[in-house]
Amino acid sequence: MKVTEKDVTYVADLANLELTEEERTHMVRDLNSILGYIDRLNQLNTDKVEPMAQVSDRYGVDESKTGSERFAYASREDVLFGLRKSLPHEEALENAPDADETFFKVPKVIER
Amino acid sequence: MDLNHLTVDAARTAIQERSTSSVALVESFYTRIQKEDSQIGAYLTLCKERAVEQAEHIDRMAAEGKSLPPLGGIPVAIKDVMCTRGVRTTAGSKILETFIPPFTCTAVRRMEEAGAVILGKLNCDEFAMGSSNENSAYKPVHNPRDLERVPGGSSGGSAAAVAAGMAVATLGSDTGGSIRQPASFCGVVGLKPTYGRVSRYGLIAFASSLDHIGPLTRTVKDAALMLRTIAGRDPMDSTSADIPVPDYVAELQKDVRSLRIGVPKECFGEGLDSEVRASVEAAIQKLAGLGCEVIPVSLPHSPYAIPAYYIVATAEASANLARFDGVRYGFRSAESRTLSDMYRKTRDGGFGAEVKRRIMLGTYALSAGYYDAYYLKAQRVRTLLTRDYEEAFQKVDALVTPASPTAAFKLGEKSDDPLAMYLADIYTVTANLAGIPGISVPGAPTKSGLPIGVQILGKHFDEATILRLAQACE
Repeated sequence: MKVTEKDVTYVADLANLELTEEERTHMVRDLNSILGYIDRLNQLNTDKVEPMAQVSDRYGVDESKTGSERFAYASREDVLFGLRKSLPHEEALENAPDADETFFKVPKVIER
Repeated sequence: MDLNHLTVDAARTAIQERSTSSVALVESFYTRIQKEDSQIGAYLTLCKERAVEQAEHIDRMAAEGKSLPPLGGIPVAIKDVMCTRGVRTTAGSKILETFIPPFTCTAVRRMEEAGAVILGKLNCDEFAMGSSNENSAYKPVHNPRDLERVPGGSSGGSAAAVAAGMAVATLGSDTGGSIRQPASFCGVVGLKPTYGRVSRYGLIAFASSLDHIGPLTRTVKDAALMLRTIAGRDPMDSTSADIPVPDYVAELQKDVRSLRIGVPKECFGEGLDSEVRASVEAAIQKLAGLGCEVIPVSLPHSPYAIPAYYIVATAEASANLARFDGVRYGFRSAESRTLSDMYRKTRDGGFGAEVKRRIMLGTYALSAGYYDAYYLKAQRVRTLLTRDYEEAFQKVDALVTPASPTAAFKLGEKSDDPLAMYLADIYTVTANLAGIPGISVPGAPTKSGLPIGVQILGKHFDEATILRLAQACE
């Protein structure tokens, strides 16, 4: 499988990255080198192997319990304020590059 | 008394018995940082006022004759990927240059509640992505043992600070070896606990199913003390395990006699430096001499660890790093006219080359048409790699391997070749995929005096055994 300049442009678009001309050229080279190495995964037949997304669905659970009971410890009561109170408004806005007293401010969303 | 090279226990005792004070200790560390760190580059932010206040509180307790908490008055430092309320947290990235978190990471909070004094925040590869600390947006870290060499990564600042006597102990994070590999390069102890053992709340996420927080220390006993402090269920992290925390320090008293240690043949093949091999084999001999049974084992899927890891890790990273868009915190590009233009320009200007490379790789692996071929395939191989360990642990109590194929390499040596850099993690990534605990403990150094790390891997939630074995190697 060969990554082309066109693929890089498409993926950069998905990832909300701009990338300069030079970055694109490097990216084509680097992705091909890395994916060339990754292609060795195809040497393995994994048709009958379950995918593993998480460690905690396999370990750290009480084996004597079944189904959702096993993960009961990870759930909690639905309560109005959750585990803690929400951040105060001003604290939540404190790190914003641009905000007024109520909202985050961003450039125009719709172009005319 | 050499204040800068005390262990946690010795420092705490000295403060308790008032042969020194926490304030004196903190001052001596800041003096040393001032003197040494311009050459090393371990710290990104210092928080002296806050540290002195915390130290004074502990000194008052000691003066009143109160018994100090387990880390009472101990100067520590934190990798800059863990949020600290009121103290700038950058993740080594320009995109978070001005970020001041409104909350504190659970592991850090537990350290502070145990009396630790936080000196500052430590340099690292940007978003913990790297094996040499050359990917920091601020400055590279130099290895205190040889300033021309890298300290390893991504917790390079955490390892260098301990090695250079600029903190008694530090916290790092490990997504593919980022605690163990720098510990091995700098000649300190580095522990990656089991997935779920330590809460990840407040750790800036790189790859959520692979990220771990753990300690870097001068001794194994200090690592045990630190782990005992930070481990345990946290309702703020639903993947943190509801399993009791043993007294790891007390467990160290137990003998290692008749423990079965496995030596995976795949970890001693091509690409392993001969001096590293000799050092690890010497450690295995030492354990055998102490009555451990040495058993050859096989991890047959090892050659597939790096490719599976770099798909899973980058896929998760591409999702986690989507939040950095210039809206709620951090850097925003000034010259954008529309919202989508702002996202792009902000991310382009805010992220460094390696972070962009990983976001691109991860986005590619998750994109339509490639999801099954890459992401799902890697997850299936993750199962195979995990089964390798399960089978090995049927026969043995722990595995002994090198932490890294070589000792510390020179700055610039691998920075132009991402694949060569990724291969520096060849012995460490699988423990993250499987979630098992691992520790790097210094073995015999190279002829030229560079540190070498011996890695010991254990069963899930069996940190006690690998700590015991590591202590026996010390």
